[in-house]
Amino acid sequence: MSAVFVWIETFDGVANPGSWEALAAGKMIADKTGADLTALVFGKNAAAVANESAQYGASKAIVSEDATLEQFRLEPYAALLTKLVQENSPVAVVAVATSKGRELIAAAAADTDSPMIGEALTLNIADGKLTAERAVYAGKILSDVAITGDGTQFVTVRSRAFKAADPQSGVSASVTTAAPALDESQIATRIESLEADTGTVNLTDAAVIISGGRAMANNPKDAPAGSADAAVWKAQDGFANVIQPLADALGAAVGASRAAVDAGYISYAHQVGQTGKVVSPDLYIACGISGAIQHQAGMRSSKVIVAINKDAEAPIFKMARFGLVGDLFQIIPAITAEVKSRLGS
Amino acid sequence: MNVAVFTRSTPDTAAKVEVGADGRVNWGDAATVVNPWDEYALEEAIVQSKDSGGTATVVAVGGDMHNEALKHSLAMGLDAALRLEDAALDPANSLAYAAAAAAAVKKLDGVQLVICGKESVDTGTDQQIIQLARKLGWTLLTNVSKIMSMDGDTIKVERQIEQGKMIVTSKLPAVLVVTKEINEPRYPSFIGIRKASKAEIPVWSLADLGLSATPESVKVAAFKNLPPRDIKLEMITGTPEEMAKALVDKLIEEKVL
Ligand SMILES: Cc1cc2nc3c(=O)[nH]c(=O)nc-3n(C[C@H](O)[C@H](O)[C@H](O)COP(=O)(O)OP(=O)(O)OC[C@H]3O[C@@H](n4cnc5c(N)ncnc54)[C@H](O)[C@@H]3O)c2cc1C
Ligand SMILES: Nc1ncnc2c1ncn2[C@@H]1O[C@H](COP(=O)(O)O)[C@@H](O)[C@H]1O
Repeated sequence: MSAVFVWIETFDGVANPGSWEALAAGKMIADKTGADLTALVFGKNAAAVANESAQYGASKAIVSEDATLEQFRLEPYAALLTKLVQENSPVAVVAVATSKGRELIAAAAADTDSPMIGEALTLNIADGKLTAERAVYAGKILSDVAITGDGTQFVTVRSRAFKAADPQSGVSASVTTAAPALDESQIATRIESLEADTGTVNLTDAAVIISGGRAMANNPKDAPAGSADAAVWKAQDGFANVIQPLADALGAAVGASRAAVDAGYISYAHQVGQTGKVVSPDLYIACGISGAIQHQAGMRSSKVIVAINKDAEAPIFKMARFGLVGDLFQIIPAITAEVKSRLGS
Repeated sequence: MNVAVFTRSTPDTAAKVEVGADGRVNWGDAATVVNPWDEYALEEAIVQSKDSGGTATVVAVGGDMHNEALKHSLAMGLDAALRLEDAALDPANSLAYAAAAAAAVKKLDGVQLVICGKESVDTGTDQQIIQLARKLGWTLLTNVSKIMSMDGDTIKVERQIEQGKMIVTSKLPAVLVVTKEINEPRYPSFIGIRKASKAEIPVWSLADLGLSATPESVKVAAFKNLPPRDIKLEMITGTPEEMAKALVDKLIEEKVL
């Protein structure tokens, strides 16, 4: 029986929840083609993650635990995936479009000269061939793409575009083990160190995002005497003491406009937009952001958008479901207090 | 060390992009510019090639709209520019792109390092640079925020991955995808712009690269405008406290809290 492979991304032995979305996309293909939904788990803790995959719909799993696979490196991962594809000729290989997922899927597609669709928003299958919608021109328009070539069909799916199955308990997958395809002497890359960021919420996975813009510098608090740059101090204080408390109350991630990033108010990792992250949370609250087209490109697919801006003419209101005209430094603390009293902190 | 860098022209990011009644993508009279992410790649190619006493060549795959980006690159200080175009080469087919780009890199003299931008802001297929590295059989290092050292056959870089900052050493030759933290791209100089405007850009065909057409694998069936956002804006007014209360009510009603 044929298979649909879904690569389950792990870090330090823990699955990336986006992989359960990829598994849901893979299940659609498996159901339509009568294939076995097979989770591929490489590296530390692979057997345990394979069992977890069963709860999200995998009926089979292939695991490979080896020192060379401990951390993601493209060469050993791609060589192993390529070997598994050559041995099993799966109908499709799916992964979530993180940077690791993109690299792995594109590399194995190249190694096997197979067709690939990157960052699918939707997927369909007709006569065994996949079609998908993708966002192009920074999400300003969409494209319909279709696989026309032969061979295993490689796909990455955009984070939050597919809904993971509800986990089922008491199910298991039949697990087989694969040997790595390369040994250490065949791998050109060595990881010298990894300084992990702690406590940051990943914007692309977040269900709620609160973003601040250039307006953060209009914080009414006075910068302490001697601060090098009063505007930067005020804006950083605003992110830390106005935006962050609301984010904490809602379990949200903090985003920013490029104006705020370029002015040094917050790091680039938080930038939403055409040259930042593209996000699609359930709720996006834009605070003191005018809504330039490049910013819209990163957040227009959010389900509900709230705009808080003192300028009633700001373009951000054209995209918003709810608009609040006023000073964010008064409105946000009031929302934070309201959320805490209503939802409990 | 000789370096190759890949770039393309894209419509200005401020452009309003639409699909016309004829099904074609248009961006009105907005300018085409060098893909913003590639400015960092171009700057790094200039620095790395000069530091090691080599030359840097900029390559675009596709039609003559990409001359814009190539001329900008020359004006910044790249040593040579090159375009790959052939009626049988569809740059949107990533396997074809990768095969042509790899053949060009091999044909250029002594290139040990390929540098690219993070993504193209227009048609970003997400995969062609990765596939270029595989077709070359070279190491791929993405999200590179700093080149820490490079000697004859090894390179040490800092990468900004989703989980943090990683230091990696690897063997050359390699393909690097760089992020905006890596440098501050220079502006083209006046003399550079003058020189670039007169430059003749060579075009290599598949035959020049010793290749035949790559079979079709994925095709774009259609471009579509976004479905209209089916939203009506509701303004929430009052004192900050009243606004807060009304907003929380609405968000609970919309089931997003
Ligand atoms: C190549 C390129 C790429 C770009 N990529 C991106 C990108 O990825 N992401 C991005 O965001 N931008 C991007 N931009 C920049 C974009 O064009 C805008 O300049 C930027 O988004 C503006 O940021 P802003 O809304 O914070 O600032 P502004 O446009 O200055 O808006 C500030 C807003 O705050 C409001 N305000 C001020 N004080 C208060 C207050 N106390 N309370 C409430 N409201 C207040 C003002 O009314 C105003 O609407 C890009 C630009 C270029 C050229
Ligand atoms: N047509 C092209 N010609 C040359 N280089 C390109 C082309 N398209 C993309 N690139 C390079 O590949 C990178 C990633 O692009 P993409 O995969 O399209 O998102 C860009 O930043 C460029 O460096």
